[in-house]
Amino acid sequence: MNRLIPFIALLMSLMLSAFSHASALESQFEHLKSKKASEKAAAIHAIASTGEPQAEVILNQMLEGKLYYVKRSGEFVYIEKGEDKKYTAYSALSNDTVGTFKKRELKKIRVNNRIRGQIRTAMATLQLNSNDSDLRLKAVRNLRDALDANILPTLKSNLETEENSKVASALEVTIAAIEFAYGDLDLQLKSAHVLADSDDPKILVLFRKALEKTAKPSELSSAIEKSIEAIESRQKMYGIAENLFFGLSAGSVLLLSAIGLAITFGVMGVINMAHGEMMMIGAYTTFGIQALFPNFIDYSLFLAIPAAFLVSGAVGILIERTVIRHLYGRPLETLLATFGISLILQQAVRTFVSPQNQSVENPSWMSGSLEITESFGLTFNRLYIILFSLIVFFALMALLKKSLFGLQMRAVTQNRAMANSMGIRSNWVDALTFGLGSGVAGIAGVALSQISNVGPNLGQTHIIDSFMVVVFGGVGNLWGTLVAAMGLGIVNKLIEPWAGAVLAKIIVLVFIILFIQRRPRGLFALKGRAVEG
Amino acid sequence: MTQNGAKSKNIAPNKHTDRPIGQLFKPSKPYVLYGLSMMAYPLLTQCQSFFKTHNLKGDRRFLAQSQIQSIKTSDRTLNRLDKNEKENYQQGTTMKSIKQFTQLSALALSVSFGTAAMAADDTIKVGVLHSLSGTMAISETTLKDTVLMMVEEQNKKGGLLGKKLEAVVVDPASNWPLFAEKGRELLSKEKVDVIFGCWTSVSRKSVLPVVEELNGLMFYPVQYEGEESSKNVFYTGAAPNQQAIPAVDYLMSEEGGNVERFVLAGTDYVYPRTTNKILEAYLKAKGVAEKDIMINYTPFGHSDWQTIVSDIKKFGAEGKKTAVISTINGDANVPFYKELGNQGISAEDVPVIAFSVGEEELSGIDTGPLVGHLAAWNYFQSAESDTNEAFIDQWQDYVKNEERVTNDPMEATYIGFQMWAKAVEIAGSEDVDSVRDAMYGITVPNLTGGTAVMNTNHHLTKPVLIGEIQDDGQFEIVWQTKKGVIGDAWTDHLDTSAKVVADWTAPINCGNYNIETNVCSGQNYE
Repeated sequence: MNRLIPFIALLMSLMLSAFSHASALESQFEHLKSKKASEKAAAIHAIASTGEPQAEVILNQMLEGKLYYVKRSGEFVYIEKGEDKKYTAYSALSNDTVGTFKKRELKKIRVNNRIRGQIRTAMATLQLNSNDSDLRLKAVRNLRDALDANILPTLKSNLETEENSKVASALEVTIAAIEFAYGDLDLQLKSAHVLADSDDPKILVLFRKALEKTAKPSELSSAIEKSIEAIESRQKMYGIAENLFFGLSAGSVLLLSAIGLAITFGVMGVINMAHGEMMMIGAYTTFGIQALFPNFIDYSLFLAIPAAFLVSGAVGILIERTVIRHLYGRPLETLLATFGISLILQQAVRTFVSPQNQSVENPSWMSGSLEITESFGLTFNRLYIILFSLIVFFALMALLKKSLFGLQMRAVTQNRAMANSMGIRSNWVDALTFGLGSGVAGIAGVALSQISNVGPNLGQTHIIDSFMVVVFGGVGNLWGTLVAAMGLGIVNKLIEPWAGAVLAKIIVLVFIILFIQRRPRGLFALKGRAVEG
Repeated sequence: MTQNGAKSKNIAPNKHTDRPIGQLFKPSKPYVLYGLSMMAYPLLTQCQSFFKTHNLKGDRRFLAQSQIQSIKTSDRTLNRLDKNEKENYQQGTTMKSIKQFTQLSALALSVSFGTAAMAADDTIKVGVLHSLSGTMAISETTLKDTVLMMVEEQNKKGGLLGKKLEAVVVDPASNWPLFAEKGRELLSKEKVDVIFGCWTSVSRKSVLPVVEELNGLMFYPVQYEGEESSKNVFYTGAAPNQQAIPAVDYLMSEEGGNVERFVLAGTDYVYPRTTNKILEAYLKAKGVAEKDIMINYTPFGHSDWQTIVSDIKKFGAEGKKTAVISTINGDANVPFYKELGNQGISAEDVPVIAFSVGEEELSGIDTGPLVGHLAAWNYFQSAESDTNEAFIDQWQDYVKNEERVTNDPMEATYIGFQMWAKAVEIAGSEDVDSVRDAMYGITVPNLTGGTAVMNTNHHLTKPVLIGEIQDDGQFEIVWQTKKGVIGDAWTDHLDTSAKVVADWTAPINCGNYNIETNVCSGQNYE
């Protein structure tokens, strides 16, 4: 019995401490209900400083807007959406299921942007020791919002044990920022030097504010100025790199939309105004695939690419067989007929699908950006589209130059009579070539569905750009299309920062018109005997 | 197929098709012309919109300035005064001379046009002038359906004045000049008694002269830039002081995050340009420095937001709390928000408050990354009221789709229709002039639980709400004005407009009356 007493005492004290923690959290709940932002903020801070593992759960749910309380019992819960507009509620203190409720029976703990920011800062201290290195990194960076001298010892001890190099260097910057803000002159000088290597814009703000307060000239002010200069010169470099990337990505979109046209217009000589609608069909195919397999969004694009190629290609062949083959050699009629087809296709989508835009989801691997430094990142969707456009381009090039079909195609377009007499069915080749151009447009539609709207007007917004690229690059020359697309993209993006999007577009158009005046055959005109043909 | 083969053999060698690869397109003059014309098209439209934006306002300003004398009147917004004060004011000031004139001219107007617009049959015709094809179809078809639903409901109740309502739907196809043509068709051929229509300001400006010439009656249900009040149009959408100004006040408040720097981003046409001009003047009056305001315009349907978002990111990273005020129109918003998400700008860092993004626009996107961004409207689907619930149910039944959302222009259409129906019953006739007179001061319950009032400047009194985007594509209302805000046709924040009032009752009877010079400058908006 005697031996049991300490055990019971221990048990009781454990229970008591658990209870007191719970009540420490619970006592803050009343304040969370408050409408006053300051009271809410204090409660958030108090919850975070209990250091309880449950505190993180509560704050996280609150951040996501899932923290509610039951109107009747006042119990705090977080909810998951269930069936029939009912919600399953879990206790905020113990994670136990409380029951299912209608939305009316629950009251939300409202958060706005300001409170979200406060929660994030409060959570940063809790997440410093998280097992997830991404969370740790975020937490360390979030601590720079409100520099707090009290946390310095924790950060320093964390730095000693930190294994992830990214988190470690982030820790160094945060420590230096705190030391810069609160330390003595020696420490400030030292940390100003350390901080010069950081690319976080918050550091630059910190420096600028400090510089205003320091007497000039002094040792400190010159150290700060030097660091600012270092950061700014790096940022200038990133700025140029960023603009180039934006240009390449704009160019890759141009390339994708023009490349199919380079075949139908450039190689076959058909002015296909319905080219944009082929892209639209490709984009709608992506939408269809996602609607068919809603659980495999991440893989949907891999299925959508061949599907869009086949669907758009088939529509292209249909158009060629029914309309365009009767109009070879009559460009004006072709232009009008295909323009009519484009209107028919658009209105068909409006009538049979919906006049509304359709929501095509981005696979998770296409969202977000590849962080190169804290102020410079490359967005994944653009990055993949640049790669994709180049793959499509070179695949098409190889098809034209190396395959039997490519050979036949070139033969037919060079001399139809001769090709016929060699046993090539020229009308089949015509149909397949047009189908190929349309199919490639369909593939472009898949890519476009990831960065712009999928709606009946999708084609119209790209058709002009496509013609522009093909004419500028030199009709009939695939390499010209590549250079023209990338060139126009980069020029446009270099002009845009100082001229604005509208003026940049106008300048580029004027430039092209003037260029075509000088060189009517475009950038890479074919030379030699072929030209006279 | 063999037949085709034979055919192509027969006509070979074809002059066109036997050219070598790459040279089928013979770079002769006509081809180059096609190329040029294709390229020139967007250039032309750009220039057109550019000049329109500038001239529209420029001309009016010139007119107004030529009339402004240096008379200072301390009290200006007549329609702000309450009724007693207004009467005193009106009797006490200089308007007696024009009073008779305006009454006379109103009489003359009603004599000459009043009878012409009356429909002879035992039906009342309701014209619907919304684009069902082209770019604006995405937004406007919803409003067409709303009007049809309201007409159907009214007919179930027995119509109006014992007559059935008949909807006449035309399609102006997002083609601005066609709005004028179709408007004329509705008024003179179909002889409709009222028109519900238009979305963009340029379409309204296009149909306006026709409606005025033929003394029609039109309800315009979309938030717009103000600076207009026509005798023949009732504006049931928000004027800038019912959307833009309260939104800025919210952002600058402690609750909204004490924002100090503003990015005004808009699509390049009339509404954003005028709204931003008003906002810029308002911000400067509030003490925001020039360098803390960044203004940016993009073409319609802009999809490459990389540079602009990156600029916003840099602008927002300079230490002061920054917000974006977005007048970006239509579907250009989707890639804009996507880019914001991809470049890692969250609503906590740089909140975006939008004036053209509603439930309908959000239904096309995954709203996960947008949570926390804001919108300012007079209505959100999430507003809690019985009338709203009934309206949503009615709408979803009508379109037979449980997922369809409701939005602010739909509420404006609803209010407009209810007001018109009520006015017809009060007037006892569908005649345009009697209905117009009955409209003033008319009240109908709005969908957010309050009451909408039609003022004599042809604008509504409505509450202003600020909503935060949720991950289910709905808005959570985070702030709202305590009382309704009276729509101000002419803004107080631009020097030239501050002197102008609209009041379509005697003795002013004018849509742009300059209270300094006491001159009505006539219906010349362009």
